[in-house]
Amino acid sequence: MTELRTSAEIGGMGHSVKRKEDPRFIRGRGNYVDDVVRPGMLYMAIVRSPFAHAKIKSINTEKALAHPGVAAVITGATLKEYNLHWMPTLMSDTQMVLPTDEVMYQAQEVAAVIATDRYSAADGVALVEVDYEPLEVVIDPFKALEPGAPLLRHDKEGQKDNLIFHWEAGDKAATEQAFRDADFTVKQDIYIPRIHVASIETCGIVAEFDAVEGQLTCWMTSQAPHAHRTVFALVAGHVGLSEEKIRIISPDIGGGFGGKVPIYPGYVIAIAATVVTGSPIKWIEDRRENLQADSFGRDYHMTAELAASKDGTLQALRIKTIADHGYTDAACNPSKWPAGMFSIATGSYDLKHAFCEVDGVYTNKPPGGIAYRCSFRVTEAVHAIERLVDIMADDLGMDPAELRLKNFIPPEAFPFKSVLGWEYDSGNYAGALKLAMEKIGYQDLLKEQKEKREKGELMGIGICSFTEVVGAGPSKDFDILGLKMFDSAEIRVHPTGKALVRIGVQTQGQGHETTFAQIVAEELGIPVDHIKVEHGDTDTAPYGLGTYASRSTPVAGAATAMASRKILDKARKIAAHLLEVSADDLEWEPGKFTVKGVPDKVSTIQEIAFAAYTNHPQGLEAGLEAISYYDPPNLTFPFGSYICVVDVDRGTGEVKIRRFMAVDDCGNIINPMIVEGQIHGGLTMGMAPALMEEISYDEEGNMRGGSFMEYLMPTAMETPSWETGKTTTPSPHHPLGAKGVGESATVGAPAAIVNAVVDALSHLGVRHLEIPITPEKVWRAIQESGN
Amino acid sequence: MAQQNITIKVNGTDQAAEIEQRLLLVHFIRENLALTGTHIGCDTTHCGACTLILDGKAVKSCTVFAVQADGKEVLTIEGMTTNGELHPLQEGFMEEHGLQCGFCTPGMIMSSYALLQENKNPTEAEIRWGISGNLCRCTGYVNIVKAVQYAAQKA
Amino acid sequence: MIPGSFDYHSPSTVEEAVALLTSLGEDAKVLSGGQSLIPMMKLRLAEPAQLIDINGIAGLEYIREADGYLTIGALTREADLDKSELIQQKYPILHDTAHVIADPLVRNRATIGGNLAHGDPANDHPATMLAVRAEVVATGPNGARNIAIDDFFLGPLTTALAPNEILTEVRIPVPAQGSGGAYVKLERKVGDFAIAGVAAVVTLDGNGNCSAASIGLTNVGPTPIRAGAAEEALTGNALSTDAIAEAGRLAGEASQPTSDHRGSAEYKRAMVQELTIRALTKAKVRAEGGQ
Ligand SMILES: Cc1cc2nc3c(=O)[nH]c(=O)nc-3n(C[C@H](O)[C@H](O)[C@H](O)COP(=O)(O)OP(=O)(O)OC[C@H]3O[C@@H](n4cnc5c(N)ncnc54)[C@H](O)[C@@H]3O)c2cc1C
Ligand code: FES
Ligand code: FES
Repeated sequence: MTELRTSAEIGGMGHSVKRKEDPRFIRGRGNYVDDVVRPGMLYMAIVRSPFAHAKIKSINTEKALAHPGVAAVITGATLKEYNLHWMPTLMSDTQMVLPTDEVMYQAQEVAAVIATDRYSAADGVALVEVDYEPLEVVIDPFKALEPGAPLLRHDKEGQKDNLIFHWEAGDKAATEQAFRDADFTVKQDIYIPRIHVASIETCGIVAEFDAVEGQLTCWMTSQAPHAHRTVFALVAGHVGLSEEKIRIISPDIGGGFGGKVPIYPGYVIAIAATVVTGSPIKWIEDRRENLQADSFGRDYHMTAELAASKDGTLQALRIKTIADHGYTDAACNPSKWPAGMFSIATGSYDLKHAFCEVDGVYTNKPPGGIAYRCSFRVTEAVHAIERLVDIMADDLGMDPAELRLKNFIPPEAFPFKSVLGWEYDSGNYAGALKLAMEKIGYQDLLKEQKEKREKGELMGIGICSFTEVVGAGPSKDFDILGLKMFDSAEIRVHPTGKALVRIGVQTQGQGHETTFAQIVAEELGIPVDHIKVEHGDTDTAPYGLGTYASRSTPVAGAATAMASRKILDKARKIAAHLLEVSADDLEWEPGKFTVKGVPDKVSTIQEIAFAAYTNHPQGLEAGLEAISYYDPPNLTFPFGSYICVVDVDRGTGEVKIRRFMAVDDCGNIINPMIVEGQIHGGLTMGMAPALMEEISYDEEGNMRGGSFMEYLMPTAMETPSWETGKTTTPSPHHPLGAKGVGESATVGAPAAIVNAVVDALSHLGVRHLEIPITPEKVWRAIQESGN
Repeated sequence: MAQQNITIKVNGTDQAAEIEQRLLLVHFIRENLALTGTHIGCDTTHCGACTLILDGKAVKSCTVFAVQADGKEVLTIEGMTTNGELHPLQEGFMEEHGLQCGFCTPGMIMSSYALLQENKNPTEAEIRWGISGNLCRCTGYVNIVKAVQYAAQKA
Repeated sequence: MIPGSFDYHSPSTVEEAVALLTSLGEDAKVLSGGQSLIPMMKLRLAEPAQLIDINGIAGLEYIREADGYLTIGALTREADLDKSELIQQKYPILHDTAHVIADPLVRNRATIGGNLAHGDPANDHPATMLAVRAEVVATGPNGARNIAIDDFFLGPLTTALAPNEILTEVRIPVPAQGSGGAYVKLERKVGDFAIAGVAAVVTLDGNGNCSAASIGLTNVGPTPIRAGAAEEALTGNALSTDAIAEAGRLAGEASQPTSDHRGSAEYKRAMVQELTIRALTKAKVRAEGGQ
């Protein structure tokens, strides 16, 4: 963004407008799902399986039902009566709501206790007796693919093994040839472990069914209320739930990051419970349930290879991946993209050949795969290529920055068609890296590192130059369960010139109430203070697929701009009528039309709005409203270059991030303050799995740790003071030139950190470290190097 | 189910109730008093979303029984505004973009409040240390630190 | 996470509390800061039917010096230890310890009595108390008795306290001239229990030789561990780099870690060695009058 088109009072694009949502949050007046109370509301708590795989021999609910306060116990048998014991996942796989005879992962829902308060519900859970017969568990996805492995999804007709899908992209033969011909090749096994979004608010629902009206209202932690409404209508249509009588309200959401996109069994059980009991039902999962059973991210076992010529020209990329999806494919990718956007793996480089393949696998673990602030597997892809580039630089004896600069797609090559089929919209990768190097003082750091090494101290510098792909997406390629991934906005300008904006996406902290108002302010010149943004209520908001994968700005932001422009078209006609000139004689600047050459003949947007209801021209409809459904022509490709500096304690292996410079380019910026906040948060969620967070299982399928005691989220003490910078390369096809930024930092940070730690140890012969890089891993690497 | 009568002065007002003895303070505040600004994020004493001030000390109210607060004073986020006037911390969080989803925010503000009571002019390191019992998943803490600095300067 | 039901008692004297413990028997538990007990109750790992809250007992929160001892009341909060000037100036090892226990919010509730009575080898005070040669005062139906810290920790979550005894005070001998101590903890993140922790106290004689040394280890065995061989090796010798390194090695040998989330046994043992060296080095500096 070079210049501001609007005044601070109007507060259009580029202004750091203070957030409109904050006044309620800082007063404790947010309205989160657990804050919703309905008359006569009952509480639900869930009995969960201690086993990763077991037959359910019996469930005895007598003692629980005898406990004071317990109103009902719902089991798979209850749901089976209504044929509600199974549901589809958003990937068109199937998933149990409650089991009738077998559990498939630890912490799977087994029964639900409904009681007058949460204390009695918890007591009831402890009193439900379930008799299990443990079955053989399949935890290792490689073993799951071996012949003779137990068939997990024997419920699925035609399923003969534990393979969910095989997906590939690129020209295999040509890539193999390129590897045979190359001067240098490097190969690295990389595992990106399971992690959990762990938003500070867990998931939950208040479901209320009015039997007389047939109306179901759900306040739920949903990042995609419309999609959820449609799924509920499809799943429960046969029991009388009809889409016009389902209302999903996604009130304030305490962080989403992808974890609130899937439909969890708990929601469906609560809905069944309100139908069965006739009382509103509240279910709020606790943190243990949240970590143990909700959707996860990553779990990608990659074998990645890169080929280059002697002079350091990168030539070809090859990656084979085993993806552990858990018991069902509930990864919430767009339907045609079972491995998400993993084929962005050629990253920022002008590679001529590439081939990627991914095998999705069933195991006895909870389902998921992409929920962790990432646009569908981009983090895994970036990690692979950015690690390989560093390893290659090490082999070639080249500076990693130099190797990157040599191989970046040059700015003049955009729009750039990648070998794996993407059309990158715009970019200036060298510009971002050079700025990051300059801002952090790269040359000085190299010098310091050299001096430190001579003294035996360990310091590392790591770079990651990533390319994101966000804004799913164009309807020809992108849908979820057939629902095309367009998004929408509806704008009503009131007679006094104030506006109401309703959008199909939903905020979980991104500040939509502010940024979407700014888009309208930019387009129509109505002051941002006079624009109210509503979202998250399916009865009032236009249809949209929700907020995740950084799609809000690219898709709904564009819809908002387009709806504004429809309004502006009409406003021009009204202005012409008011000023008694031809529409062609009018000039627009945000907030008013002026008659060309007659600067004092002006019609403001407020005057126009009033006229739209009081004095509209004959032949034109009254009112000033518009709706737009925006189907993006392409995705957007934000990018950036990050440089991380770490110090490593030789004695303990502890890693300290001393500095971290993040230069991002997300095209034109709506609100710089919010963008910077998104980057800070994203960096922290990138650092977390790089150094701390991991979900692992023992051989019996027991999750190691299901609380914040073991799931190590960074506090303010581990988190460095992030430094940021920006370049601006607008998207040529987005109406605002914007690209989306919510996830860039999460995608780019891990590789920068790993590259820095490996760099600190590279002179000891260390080439790679798996994340999370715990002190012990570093210590071991030092020990093994014999230094 | 053992019951007990308690009276807690919450945000300056005596609140009397007959409660189950095992009732956690956080549930008393949220459900009996409908002061829902105090949140629950972890249940295991790790996240600090439930932080409030009990007799002058910032504590995790998910790890205190309501009966233990009988006869004591509690300050929650709802009590931070006086006569409609925002506390400098509330202002600071807004001015410095110290919040995103807002879920951790009341706890963060209460912890920072306790910090500033003891240390009027904390360094960045002291602020980070002071809020190390509160987790935020959205902001990356940089702006929370700035928010506390803003309030320190203002006060 | 919701605790099971219990009857709540809030005695106002130690005698009353002991009488309740005696009459209610096995079902009863003392509630102090609650920062270990309440999470366990919420996870239903502990389901006491009777809870005896000692927070209402006056006169158990103090930090003072008298008769050659530093005495700390059982209800003294970690935050108060952390912020006490007396502790900061004269007992820096205690400050080191209290400062790294949990987080500021937990420290506002958690008590030193609870930290020891819980008998958790992962807690930080136990190792420090071994190093400072503390005594614990246990008050039961027959009055108070002193328990030497070496006799206090019997096993995981098991101490020498009788079921109807309350830990009322911790007594630490005022350090001899030329003493210095330090506690060093390695943790996965701030507020976490230790991967390993080492508490060390050394006393230097007029020649700069070590006349006494004591070393306690955190979270590397079923109980906090005293590294006796390391202490012996140091005593009577100059605290040279080599001597400290050797003590580190011996402390590593004395540890009995098991592999878990926090690291492999091998790593933890190596860390005991490393942290012992760091703790001794810092203790020596302090003994010499430095920080
Ligand atoms: C998130 C978190 C992180 C933590 N991190 C650390 C850490 O890093 N290092 C560390 O050392 N601790 C840590 N703790 C533990 C904390 O210090 C505990 O508070 C402490 O271990 C117990 O003290 P308490 O006063 O809370 O005892 P309580 O929880 O009240 O009691 C603990 C046990 O001791 C018994 N008990 C308590 N007081 C007495 C008494 N006076 N006489 C007889 N029996 C008694 C109780 O019956 C109970 O069995 C952490 C706790 C939490 C929640
Ligand atoms: S809910 Fe109390 S600390 Fe997390
Ligand atoms: S603002 Fe969302 S958790 Fe802090």
